[in-house]
Amino acid sequence: MSTATAEKAPKKIKTSALKPRSFVSWVTFAFMLVAVIGWLFPFWMALANALKTPDDFIQQGPLAWPAHPTFEHIVKFWNDSNFPLKFWNSTWTSLLGAAITVVLGFLTAYAIGIGKIKGRTWILGVFMVAFTIPQEALIYPLYNAAKKLDLYDNLLSIVIIFGVTGVAFSTYLISSVLNEFPGEVLEAAKIDGANAWRMMVDVVLPILRPTLMVITVMVFIYNWNEFLIPLVLLPSNDNQTVSLGIALTVGQWTTEPTARAAAALLGALPSILFFVIFQRSLMRGVTMGSSK
Amino acid sequence: MSAATVSKDVKNKPLKARKSSLEKGKGQYYAYLIPGLLAFTVVIVGSFFFNIYISFTKWNGLGSPRWIGTKNYENLFVDAVFWESFLHAFMFIAAMSIIPTFLGVFVASMLFDYIAPRFGNGAAAFMRAGFYMPQVIPMTITGVIWVWLLNPVSGVINNFLTYGLGVPKEVTPNWLGDENLAIWSLSVIMIWIQIGYTIVIFMSGLSRLDPSLTEAAQLDGATWFQRFRIIILAQLGPEIGVVLLTTMVAALKVFAPVYVMTSGGPGTSTQVPAYFSYFHFFTTHKVGYGAAVATVLSLILTVLAIVILNIQNKQQAKENQR
Repeated sequence: MSTATAEKAPKKIKTSALKPRSFVSWVTFAFMLVAVIGWLFPFWMALANALKTPDDFIQQGPLAWPAHPTFEHIVKFWNDSNFPLKFWNSTWTSLLGAAITVVLGFLTAYAIGIGKIKGRTWILGVFMVAFTIPQEALIYPLYNAAKKLDLYDNLLSIVIIFGVTGVAFSTYLISSVLNEFPGEVLEAAKIDGANAWRMMVDVVLPILRPTLMVITVMVFIYNWNEFLIPLVLLPSNDNQTVSLGIALTVGQWTTEPTARAAAALLGALPSILFFVIFQRSLMRGVTMGSSK
Repeated sequence: MSAATVSKDVKNKPLKARKSSLEKGKGQYYAYLIPGLLAFTVVIVGSFFFNIYISFTKWNGLGSPRWIGTKNYENLFVDAVFWESFLHAFMFIAAMSIIPTFLGVFVASMLFDYIAPRFGNGAAAFMRAGFYMPQVIPMTITGVIWVWLLNPVSGVINNFLTYGLGVPKEVTPNWLGDENLAIWSLSVIMIWIQIGYTIVIFMSGLSRLDPSLTEAAQLDGATWFQRFRIIILAQLGPEIGVVLLTTMVAALKVFAPVYVMTSGGPGTSTQVPAYFSYFHFFTTHKVGYGAAVATVLSLILTVLAIVILNIQNKQQAKENQR
């Protein structure tokens, strides 16, 4: 499996040389555009209704754009759910977990891809199997261990679990990139007398930095979206993450449709923001290793 | 997958290069394995085997587990809900793997091969991003949005049916609250979530293809649909394999959407293995039973992954022979 294709920028078709557009192509374009708008419709509805007053909702129904847009519900949910704290919980645990995943994965992949150590096929094989194991097959022992180690209801527990559960995946991706690493560069460094550590720091890391950034972004977003592990390990309100907190509080907190929409919108907003900022990295990460 | 490539790489290297990298203190690289493998062994492997041990015991989570042999597994095999949960998981394979793969190949080649050359890359990238959006947002939050959209009284969908299309209020469906309907509603939502992933992977696969192939076909007077069938579909083999594998694994693992939208109900009509296992761990406190469900699920997933990888490797070998 190679990532050479993912590394290259997609072939660009020059915008100046667009093919002629026929009536049929305009119809196709319109059809696709409607499909995309349909795909985004649920988010649009969440936005439109988050900005409505309950009266507005009753009078106009859910489909209309609010007559008097208001941020009242969003502000109320922000305060009542202590959103800034949940945002902070999600941010640092996801980021630290992603950093651990990438560091551990890189070290392992370095031994596999550059060191070409014996048994590397076996290690990658075990990691492939680990990728298929459902979290449910790990969660009770982890829950039990967290309780014994006094890490239950402690955000550090999910950092450790996020960090380690991603290792198989990151090792796999990074070692497939390292397999393609130019041999001449390594030979040259060896002739200069570099040992494994110097070679990693001075030669491999600088070249691999963009790839590692891409993987960090991707793992960060995966961690952010994680549900089962925080659900089991973080019972108290102050330790909840965004994805957990919204799902749990929304039912208990309100049955008011407009307030629910506000909660959902607020929960989705950080992810939409990450997507806009990191779109390129995320797309490269997701497609990394999908072709041989 | 990569195992084959690794060994091939070594063989293809000139003997000299191989020797020099062998001689030059290969032993020092083993140290780099220690942190990752140690963490992996303690947290993942340790938990996994402890879970298998639990599955042979009777335990309510307190005190110590009592060994009961294969009793949990025997009970599982006659538990109708267990079988039902797997039936639903296989429905999710259709909704999360097979249908999104078909639609994804089609939409991706439309965007890459039809929209982009006529309306520019920006238009295609924008549409791709739109389809991908449900993938980025936590499933719990898309779940909350859908519960709200599908609410039988105040929800957007039923309001539209009543006031937009004039369907009488009494006959509008209770999408997530009707036993016969809930699993289908969930399936449609899963298609909505998954399709972005398949589009992104296939579009990246298409950018890898040799454009001269499609151009030659075009000169030969092939229609777009013929080119799609003959060239695109045939060339996307590796991507289709990866997508089928990853999405099938994801389908059998579904947990968060079920937890948020239906809690496995009404009744057991949307029960899935992952939720069934969680339910026994933390609601009925039949921990050994939950562990047995999780172990069976792991086994099925591993076998599935090995089968798909083997099929793919065989096909790859065939292609190489040609």
